[in-house]
Amino acid sequence: MAALRRQFPILEQCDLHYLDNGATTQVPRAVLDVIVAHETSHRANVHRGVHRLAEAATEAFEDARATMARFLGAADKGEIVFTGGTTGAINLVAHAFGNRLAPGDEVVVSLLEHHSNLVPWQMLRDRRGVVLRVLPITGEGRLDLDNLGRVVGARTRLIAVTHVSNVTGAVTDVARVVEAARAVDAAVLLDGAQAAAHGPWDIPALGVDFYALSCHKMFGPHGVGVLWARRERLAAMDPFMGGGEMIRTVTLERTTFADPPQRFEAGTPPIAQAVGMAAAARWIEALPREACHAHLARLTGRLIEGLAERARTRLIGPAGLQARMPVVAFATAGIHPHDVCQVLDSHGVALRGGHHCAQPLMDHFDVAGTTRASLAVYNDDGDVDAFLTGLDDALGRFR
Amino acid sequence: MSDDLYQQAILEAARRGAENRRLDRPDGSSTVDNPLCGDRVTMDVCVRDGRIAAVGFRTRGCALCQASTALLADAAVSREPGTLARAEDEVVAMLGHDGPPPAPPFDTYAMFMPARRHPSRHTCVRLPFDALRQVLADATDGGSS
Repeated sequence: MAALRRQFPILEQCDLHYLDNGATTQVPRAVLDVIVAHETSHRANVHRGVHRLAEAATEAFEDARATMARFLGAADKGEIVFTGGTTGAINLVAHAFGNRLAPGDEVVVSLLEHHSNLVPWQMLRDRRGVVLRVLPITGEGRLDLDNLGRVVGARTRLIAVTHVSNVTGAVTDVARVVEAARAVDAAVLLDGAQAAAHGPWDIPALGVDFYALSCHKMFGPHGVGVLWARRERLAAMDPFMGGGEMIRTVTLERTTFADPPQRFEAGTPPIAQAVGMAAAARWIEALPREACHAHLARLTGRLIEGLAERARTRLIGPAGLQARMPVVAFATAGIHPHDVCQVLDSHGVALRGGHHCAQPLMDHFDVAGTTRASLAVYNDDGDVDAFLTGLDDALGRFR
Repeated sequence: MSDDLYQQAILEAARRGAENRRLDRPDGSSTVDNPLCGDRVTMDVCVRDGRIAAVGFRTRGCALCQASTALLADAAVSREPGTLARAEDEVVAMLGHDGPPPAPPFDTYAMFMPARRHPSRHTCVRLPFDALRQVLADATDGGSS
């Protein structure tokens, strides 16, 4: 793993223990090189120009679509819609799918959701009279799937839940969610933001209908992401945004729309970012997956054990390593997360503190916020050591 | 460095700011949240003859937010609301533009000078000002004391 860490220039340049991967991962040299090469050799707009740069840019962009399809296990690259990120993807579904819902139809979300997978549905509720049902969670921060039967019913049209919690790290038992949805002919959307870096995944095999991810959490650039959706779902949806790229014909009186995925890609897309995202996906695909998972599980175990050994800390999430990702959030009695993060920053440790865009979850656990350490494959024992040393310092200062 | 930021004076002020000092019968109350982190400050005031007669508070925030709340509650009593606006401007200038510490009685805010290097924490210091400004805009003067 030391060689892998050396692929990340930012980790070489400074004495940094970067444990904020749940917010943004760093970018390896290979991905940076692809982005620079594209911008210096193929920069042009896509799908319209006939000059050689435009042709090259279009080819690179569509190759990126094919790569992301492969990364997500999709046979059809037409099921890949480029978005600005997970939030953009979910908002797209909340409009294009949500606008087909009738008053009284129900959307199921959970208490575990990032605001990105809650607020768009609240806005849909207010716009369309849709009813929002909320799946509770267990004491250790997993979806309480035993209660699916209480919130999923005949009027359920969509279950929109997280694949991996950005706070507790819990991995959703997707099969049970899909089973409940299929029983009432509802669709399933997974928020894959925290899962993407741990792919590749076979998303169609999960049985879901929509999958949203962000590139900046999977070793690639900001400002781009993917909505994967089954072709029949995309085909049934009207556009979300209007503009260039998404039309078939336009007159002053009316417009007809392109087929998916272009129907949902109004305006100039984030081209170099998409090319960079494909490079990031290829970089992930080349990782020794089992070794990486074992490495991350061991480091996650060290974090959890370290917290358990320290008084005044409370893990917010599963204590075991089964069905959880390397996202470790905790509360500290008598110390605000921002103060913990500030002290840890003086030790070179980058953490995230606050509500993590999950305020209902914070209210549920009766905390203003939590401190979160989230790992990526380049993290090592030195990072965990620095974290524990810094945490001791913080706990000592705020007695 | 955090060594500077979390000096003893701030930690002591933060301990006072962490106490529940709500007023029993305020002329007005206001609660403000920091949407970035979920911190929350509630301020109560009593106003007499155009001056702040008493300030109460409750915080759910970081050490900087708690310390700022305590300092503001101390310094605001017997001041006119306009004085608070000037003090807030001076605190903003001190933090964001390398300005000097505020004039007395708000000169205690000099302890936040190390926060200049941490722009993301400036809102922590300012949050109680937001709450007090809001409550003073709404509070009814309780009359002659």
